[in-house]
Amino acid sequence: MSSSRQPLCHDVGVSAASPVEVEPTLTPDEITFLAKPWVTLVWDDPVNLMSYVAYVFGKYFGYDKATSEKLMLEVHTEGRTVVSTGTREEMERDVQAMHEHGLWATMEKAT
Amino acid sequence: MTAFERHRRSGRIIATFTGFEADLLRSLTSQMVELLRNERAEPAAASSDPFEAMMAEFSGATTIPEDPVLARLFPNAYPDDEDAAADFRRFTEGGLRDGKAAASGLVIDALEEAGLPPELTEEGLVIDVELSEPDAEAWMRAFTDIRLALATRLEVRAGDEDYWDSLPDDDPRAQAHDIYEWVGWLQESIIEALTA
Repeated sequence: MSSSRQPLCHDVGVSAASPVEVEPTLTPDEITFLAKPWVTLVWDDPVNLMSYVAYVFGKYFGYDKATSEKLMLEVHTEGRTVVSTGTREEMERDVQAMHEHGLWATMEKAT
Repeated sequence: MTAFERHRRSGRIIATFTGFEADLLRSLTSQMVELLRNERAEPAAASSDPFEAMMAEFSGATTIPEDPVLARLFPNAYPDDEDAAADFRRFTEGGLRDGKAAASGLVIDALEEAGLPPELTEEGLVIDVELSEPDAEAWMRAFTDIRLALATRLEVRAGDEDYWDSLPDDDPRAQAHDIYEWVGWLQESIIEALTA
């Protein structure tokens, strides 16, 4: 256990923090993503069929037909779109599933 | 041959291939299995740090594969964070490779169980495949990987149909592109059958 005392919320504009007695179980990185979620992006490619991309969105995310097709069209016309939002772990699962289906997916912190 | 369709009574996804077509699909999926297994996910270089070397020995790759097909199948999850991308790859690429190889293997098994012999000699052979819904989805994923592989090798771009149409019929690239389109047509028919 570290003996150094790192303030957890140094950029929060409150007056002197009260002494922190609890042992934080989260790493600073995890604390960041709880406040600021991550997103999974799917990128356009010239290969995957539009019907296939919509099918994968419906099947994996459970989106209804209209939502799946809307997201697919956003990928197609805008070059990429956010297909899911959540914790870092959840987004890693989603990106992995997209790769399993041959879709070009990446993740980043939500802006 | 026929497109895939859903059998009205059994609900299974069915299609009929000529021996030649089934043999071609087996060849493509076998190449995919070979590609996934041959250029194994290996860490780039042995590290002088004993802990890192040990970790490297027991875990997967951390850098994007050199082969452009594999680089497309296993893209970087974190484009702007090399360390996070390496960690993600270490924990996912091996499993993804196994899953893709299994999907292609399933296509091969189904074709052979439907009567495709090890060596195609007989003329007029007809191969009827009958798939459960999960198996049809595995075929769909295997077809996706084949199309991504062919498109990467052929350098297919959006809106380049005229270029491919302009090639002479005996150009091997034109023939490979025809196969790419055919697998796309098959894939589309699986989707239609699954959503019907």
